[in-house]
Amino acid sequence: MNLNSFLLMRHEIVLIAVALIILIAEIFTSEQNKGRIRGLAIILFALNTIIGFFPATTGTLFGGMFTTIPLHIVVKNILNIGTLIVLIQSNAWLKTEENSDKFPEFYVLLISTLVGMFYMISAGDFLMFYLGLELATIPLAALVAYDRFRSQSAEGGIKLILSSAFSSGIMLYGISMIYGMYGSIYFDMLSPAMAMNSLTILAFIFFFAGMAFKISLVPFHLWAADVYEGAPVNITSYLSVISKGAAVFILTVILFKVFPTISDLWQKVVWVIAVMTMTIGNLFAIRQQNLKRFIAFSSISQAGFFLLGVIGGNEMGMTAIVYYMLVYIFSNLGVFGVIAIISNKSGKENMDDYNGLYHTNPMLSLTMMLALFSLAGIPPVAGFFGKFFLFTAAAQKGFYILVLIATINTIISLYYYLLIVKAMFINKSENPIPYFKSDFYTKLGLGICIAGLVIVGFASGIWETISKLAFGM
Amino acid sequence: MSGFQYVVLIPIIPFLMFLLIGLVGHKMKPALAGLIGTTGLFISTVLSYITAYQYFFVSGKVNGVYEKIIAFNTVWLQLTDKLHIDLGVLIDPISVMMLVVITTVSLMVHIYSNGYMKGERGFQRFFAFLGLFSFSMLGLVLATNIFQMYIFWELVGVSSFLLISFYYDKPSAVAAGKKAFIVTRFADLGFLVGILLLSYYTNTFDFVSLTTPGCPAIVQAAGITFMGISVVTLALVLIFMGGAGKSAMFPLHIWLPDAMEGPTPVSALIHAATMVVAGVYLVARLFPIFALTAPSALTIVAYVGGFTSLFAAVIACTQNDIKRVLAYSTMSQIGYMMLALGVSGYGGEDGLGFMASNFHLFTHAMFKALLFLGAGSIIHAVHSNLMTEMGGLRKYLPITHITFLIACLTIAGVPFLSGFFSKDEILTAAYHHDKILFFVEYAVAGLTAFYMFRLYFNVFWGEDRHYHHTPHESPLIMTLPLMFLAFASIFAGYLPFSELVTSDGAGFESHLEMPIAAASVGIGLLGIFVAWVMYKKPSGAPVKMATTFKHLYKWSYNKFYMDEVYLFVTKKIIFNNISKPVAWFDRHVVDATMNGFAWAANYASFNIRDLQSGQLQKYAFVFISGVVVLVLSFVYFFMN
Repeated sequence: MNLNSFLLMRHEIVLIAVALIILIAEIFTSEQNKGRIRGLAIILFALNTIIGFFPATTGTLFGGMFTTIPLHIVVKNILNIGTLIVLIQSNAWLKTEENSDKFPEFYVLLISTLVGMFYMISAGDFLMFYLGLELATIPLAALVAYDRFRSQSAEGGIKLILSSAFSSGIMLYGISMIYGMYGSIYFDMLSPAMAMNSLTILAFIFFFAGMAFKISLVPFHLWAADVYEGAPVNITSYLSVISKGAAVFILTVILFKVFPTISDLWQKVVWVIAVMTMTIGNLFAIRQQNLKRFIAFSSISQAGFFLLGVIGGNEMGMTAIVYYMLVYIFSNLGVFGVIAIISNKSGKENMDDYNGLYHTNPMLSLTMMLALFSLAGIPPVAGFFGKFFLFTAAAQKGFYILVLIATINTIISLYYYLLIVKAMFINKSENPIPYFKSDFYTKLGLGICIAGLVIVGFASGIWETISKLAFGM
Repeated sequence: MSGFQYVVLIPIIPFLMFLLIGLVGHKMKPALAGLIGTTGLFISTVLSYITAYQYFFVSGKVNGVYEKIIAFNTVWLQLTDKLHIDLGVLIDPISVMMLVVITTVSLMVHIYSNGYMKGERGFQRFFAFLGLFSFSMLGLVLATNIFQMYIFWELVGVSSFLLISFYYDKPSAVAAGKKAFIVTRFADLGFLVGILLLSYYTNTFDFVSLTTPGCPAIVQAAGITFMGISVVTLALVLIFMGGAGKSAMFPLHIWLPDAMEGPTPVSALIHAATMVVAGVYLVARLFPIFALTAPSALTIVAYVGGFTSLFAAVIACTQNDIKRVLAYSTMSQIGYMMLALGVSGYGGEDGLGFMASNFHLFTHAMFKALLFLGAGSIIHAVHSNLMTEMGGLRKYLPITHITFLIACLTIAGVPFLSGFFSKDEILTAAYHHDKILFFVEYAVAGLTAFYMFRLYFNVFWGEDRHYHHTPHESPLIMTLPLMFLAFASIFAGYLPFSELVTSDGAGFESHLEMPIAAASVGIGLLGIFVAWVMYKKPSGAPVKMATTFKHLYKWSYNKFYMDEVYLFVTKKIIFNNISKPVAWFDRHVVDATMNGFAWAANYASFNIRDLQSGQLQKYAFVFISGVVVLVLSFVYFFMN
């Protein structure tokens, strides 16, 4: 094994380097100049994102624990783009007085979780997968509790860490049963040996519950609303978009790599969970007044839509998931971007506060509207195509009833997305949120989201690229 | 490759101009916006001339036949393995000809608008819309497949809506824009259904494969019948409905006269040379299918065209608004083109009608744009559209006068001007195919000469009216396009069209048939003579004529009450008997069901709120219960 083969981990290595540079920069920067680290972090991360697009080698490392295939690289790049947007959007928040002394930690913690997700994506066995999972979760809990002076934030952090420990326990129990039965934790060796029996079903469901917790599928979703509401807005957006997207992708990979022989079983499990997630997520979302909670439930429901791709089989489904992940990043981060700006500037997070926003902040309202339309799946924004492909994937496998239920849920979701649009554009308000000027980074972050929504919707090349790579799997 | 990749720039440049002027135009000085738009279109025009030269005279011809070249293509949406929507650029004789027509007229209109629209509010917006329109129209003619054409077809509809209702503070302009949009949109419904029908049976949208003679998909689809009619015929008739809407064929013509509410350069661009000939282009594009598999659809095209041309010519004789006269004249001339397609056969000399139609499209674009721009110049001078408020203008507007006269002579079919050649080919084609249609067209030729010269004498001769100020000639920036177009109107007839644009791509020798040519010149001159007698000097003759043919005059003056018929059908019949019951059903049954769902969703959501208590131990309990229930049920399910 020569050092060159470490280049397979290029994405991870570059990320770790970025985190280390920020850490060192903090030590050697004087108090007055500390603000520059924010710019440095964004530039470094942008560089990392660009480097990610360089052609990369594929192969396996550490005897199969770590693998890289073209599709992994695409997913990692998509996550990089999403995280970059989150970093850009966080800039305004990190600038505030209360964060002035500790923001470099924010970058280091955030990047650590991303490294964890990357290892999870590339995992070739359950051990690497689990290490990545924990690396992706524990720093997140710290980030959720980042707002030390707000008790809700601390509450969210402790809730996340406790419940994730709980779910990890169950998942590890499931993995240990699999190891006990089949004598291996390598994905490649497990798949041919896997057979249908009671213990396997038990092990599978334990494992699945752990993943479902990460993706916040019903009934393992209850932590999500409290944590999303408690966490700072930018962390919530990261949680609901990046961390969720990565977990869905990994779940799909593992289902296909490890459990193909019992696909009868997991398709039914996924079917049931998908229906429950979409419906219950929607039903909760209808009643929410706090926008962060609202988005929490809407993103639970969106996770249910992802499952349509999971169930929809190998090629089309995988492509649809990765494509929807990209779309979802742009749409959800667009929504969160606006919520974050308004929450940071005026401290308001309730739907009523948005009444008449269009008259005071037209650009923000239009951005929000476009992003919400994309989430709801209204053509021609990208969200429509995302949902369209997910539904096609499931329909191709003959899950017509599931697609029907999903369609009904889309309509319900349209209702509550439009509630916000109505508040912004139609409702009148005595004292609307005043106009405020956004700084460069905020505009940049939202601009990327809007451009992404439009471009991904219209450029079919992106879909085809992903499709080609997924077929190679 | 084909070496025509640059053609893609021809539509893209106006689009970029649209984006540029549309986004930052309001920050520019108006003159700068005008200059940018005009320069962009100038580049497009030069590129299309280069394309035409290269295609027709350098590399287009292979073994004596002009080939269809796909210069650029990309799959935009893959529907099934076979069926996909592409975006691309198709180059063949008719698309290249249309490129030249559109860019030329559009450029002239751009230049002219710099003068005509000067000082208007929304000057920049106007140029942005002109760019959008040019883009849509160019995209339409370059489409490689029928769905791409449909997309641009609708874009043309939208941008023409924007242009017609440009003066959005004027209620009549807004109403006209809406009318144009709704009527053409209604027609497009037929187009869309036709496309779906055709693609369902042939599994392709692609023009090249559809229009190859003997295309297996078409032959197979032609064998399938629905209610005794071949589905191909049915699809083509539906597609023609879309074409008839855009080309203002009877009975879908009612939007065109009203659309004259838009600024005059818009009328020149949309209603002379581009949008209204889209229908002709559509039929020409699908011509091999029409001619080879659905001759009965082609007959419909011919008769609709023939009837429209007569109908519109009669109305044109009695109108007083000069732009409306021109609008009806346009309808009439497009009827000519449709008819020519309808009487044409496929291949070689049989395809005379096809060639003549495109030839006339080309010459008509030049002289009708000239007429509209000339009318704009007149309106600019006297601030009125009405003939009754004009007279004796030849002294004040010398350039407009001369160019307008040239255009009138051209449309009347006076020998050696371009209109003579193209109209003559149409009459010849009609004569050899269908004598009834020939005599209709023959009569229309006389009527055309009459109403054009009625207009001409009324405006430029006769007595001076009481003008608010002495009319003066328009600035050079407006007269320059007039002169250019006059030049084109005179000489466009000498292009060897039968060598270039033919139904199967192979050229043939065309010649004038002397008896027909002489007869058509004769009736044209007769029409001019009658107009001269009646309108050269103020006389009682017009009034006497009007009283003699009282009913015909009244009907014609009121456009045969077509608008009233439409209003009656929509308001009295459709709204009362269909819309109201449907609205009731919608409110009381559909909405009530939906409200029921909404109530159920709300109720359910209220009742499950306890689940979300905020207590972590409860969450863990739900989590573990979920796992247990799943395990038990699936073990039971799979192990039994």
